[in-house]
Amino acid sequence: MSSTEYKNKPLYIISSLVENKPGVLFRITNLFRARNFNIESITVGTTEKPDLSRMTITTRIDEAILDQLVKQLRKLIDIVEVEVLDINNTVYRELSLIKIRAKDFTNRNEIINFANVFRANILDIGKESVTVEVIGTPDKIDAFKNLIIQYEIVEMARTGVSALQRGE
Amino acid sequence: MNIRTMAEMSGARALMDSLEKEGVDIVFGLPGGANLPIYDALVDANFRHVLVRHEQSAAHMADGYARIKRKAGVCLATSGPGATNLITGIATAYADSSPVVAITGQVPLNMIGKDAFQETDIIGVANPCTKYAFQPRHATEIPEVVKKSFYIAESGRPGPVLVDIPKDVQQEVTEIRFPDLIKVRGYKPIVDPDLSNVGKAVELLVSAQRPIIMAGGGVILSGAFSELQALAELIMAPVVTTFKGKGAFPENHPLAMGPIGMHGHAEANRIILEADCILAVGARFSDRSVGRFDEFGKGMNIIHLDIDPAEIGKNKSVDIAIVGDVKSALRTMVKMLTKVAAKKSSDNPWLNRRKELIDYFSQNIKDYPREITARKALKKLRELLPAESIVTTEVGQCQMWTSLHFDVIAPGTFFSSTGLGTMGFGFPASIGAKAARPDVHVVDVAGDGSFNMTENSLAVSVLENLPVLVFLLNNDMLGMVAQWQRTFYDRRYMGVHQKSCPDYVKIAEAYGANGLKVQSMDELEKGIKSALRTEVATVIDITIDPEEDVYPFVAPGTGLKDMITGA
Repeated sequence: MSSTEYKNKPLYIISSLVENKPGVLFRITNLFRARNFNIESITVGTTEKPDLSRMTITTRIDEAILDQLVKQLRKLIDIVEVEVLDINNTVYRELSLIKIRAKDFTNRNEIINFANVFRANILDIGKESVTVEVIGTPDKIDAFKNLIIQYEIVEMARTGVSALQRGE
Repeated sequence: MNIRTMAEMSGARALMDSLEKEGVDIVFGLPGGANLPIYDALVDANFRHVLVRHEQSAAHMADGYARIKRKAGVCLATSGPGATNLITGIATAYADSSPVVAITGQVPLNMIGKDAFQETDIIGVANPCTKYAFQPRHATEIPEVVKKSFYIAESGRPGPVLVDIPKDVQQEVTEIRFPDLIKVRGYKPIVDPDLSNVGKAVELLVSAQRPIIMAGGGVILSGAFSELQALAELIMAPVVTTFKGKGAFPENHPLAMGPIGMHGHAEANRIILEADCILAVGARFSDRSVGRFDEFGKGMNIIHLDIDPAEIGKNKSVDIAIVGDVKSALRTMVKMLTKVAAKKSSDNPWLNRRKELIDYFSQNIKDYPREITARKALKKLRELLPAESIVTTEVGQCQMWTSLHFDVIAPGTFFSSTGLGTMGFGFPASIGAKAARPDVHVVDVAGDGSFNMTENSLAVSVLENLPVLVFLLNNDMLGMVAQWQRTFYDRRYMGVHQKSCPDYVKIAEAYGANGLKVQSMDELEKGIKSALRTEVATVIDITIDPEEDVYPFVAPGTGLKDMITGA
């Protein structure tokens, strides 16, 4: 699949509650590998219940494959709950850290201005670089990245998406 | 958690007590450094231990036992190579949804991750071929882990579970509690069938002009034999099976058509193309059964009934899906059908077509021109073997010939490694089956290539008094590979000749079993009769021609309509 073809597929966010114990992440990622499912991002963290973790998976796949993926996830004994979030009724965010080459004062100022427009934070300024924290939907982070790519990205780290359904 | 009993004991002792509480009466295994405490506790256990000569066979024996007993079979191995040797057997059980509980020793907790002697990350290795793998880290966890293992292995779509117990956990002496109830919150094995879908399925089946039932292994796993038969007779639908479903329906029944698939019965492969409605019961539309997914079932209504929701739409999108236990769903369908429709007459164009196809293909069978052929040998075996006998097979031509030429009459008396296709499975599995049903004859239809892989289980058969008949169709070849090399590689044979080594009669005798070589139908008949009278394992080495092919044949990547019926 070409990267444009891939990017044209709809983004799905799968939210699951999983047992908070060793080996669970391995079982889940191993399933993706064994069944040839593509994932874009995966995040895991603790929840309000100490014995449960929330795992958020984003993927761009066809609906039929999504259905199969969810069913296979549901079969995993360590997965307590799985749902595909309705993207129109979901709050979702990703955090990204980007270290950008800034050779001179002009570069630095331009980057800081862009960061302000994107409500991004400047975390660090070195002699030749600026490190920016961008929080938002993956699209917003992509947009910021595409804007500052002219300055050369030294390093970049993204957390993957965390998401919750709106309302109760 | 309810507490039934509580006592101070070692982890290994707790394991024995837990197995007893699950009703285990036999375990198959082999000791080593990391499971010595388990073997020490076995001395006082109230169930039987069968010592194998290779761990792979222990897993196959537990699997064969499980398939006949329809409850979990248990195998034991030590850490490292012992555990990895089990894996082929575990993967075999996984592919065929067979409940096996495999218990391995592991290096002590503080040695895990240090690349210790005989250390393998067996939890990681087993992950893709088990329903679940546990590693208790305290002796106190063992009773709960064992109870969960049996529950997970046996419920829903059955499958193997691994329990990996570090040596120090086996040795730890502490207060052990045995739970009465366990809960696995992420595991929901049974879904009640959606009754509105069952209703729609019934409507579709009643209105179909040319209905057909495709019965898979799920029918056997849930023991839905009488329900399936009642349903088929009500709607007068011919019944084909998948290979795993062979024996789900009596193959001498007037509606039976035998297995479909790569080496299915010609009439079964043909009739399924002419149906207007297919009810697939406990089947997963495997490539070996249906050929090309995109071609199969075109223009027909497909109803899919299976316990595993992930099977719905995995290989084939269907018109009506019913998720649930096959037995209870079929029972509901039969009840609904009895209300809505009178039993159909057997004199209708669809059943006449069935008869026509059977007659056509039976006239066109050309037997291979030899005194003994696989077909004639298997027909003779059927003739002489009581109906309730259990038959299993090795893998390859011997397996496909059995599928084609050996009719299973009593439901649930046949099984084979259908999913993974494990050579060497049949013989140890037949020993496991014999342990489950010592009162009936058990036969392994073998090829020389497969039997060679686990023939050391003859020691187990003889010493443990678990006699089986090895019906060895010996063409001195890795026959199925040779057939493909003949068909697809212009007879450029490579790596298929066995060169008459070993001598199977001498092999049998070396282990204290009976061995006899037969070269005529007369000798074969005498051999089978004498084997059925003896109380010791018998290997009948039947010389067949290396060029005898299995037909019909649906070549890989083609559809059932492309079936080749003979050379």
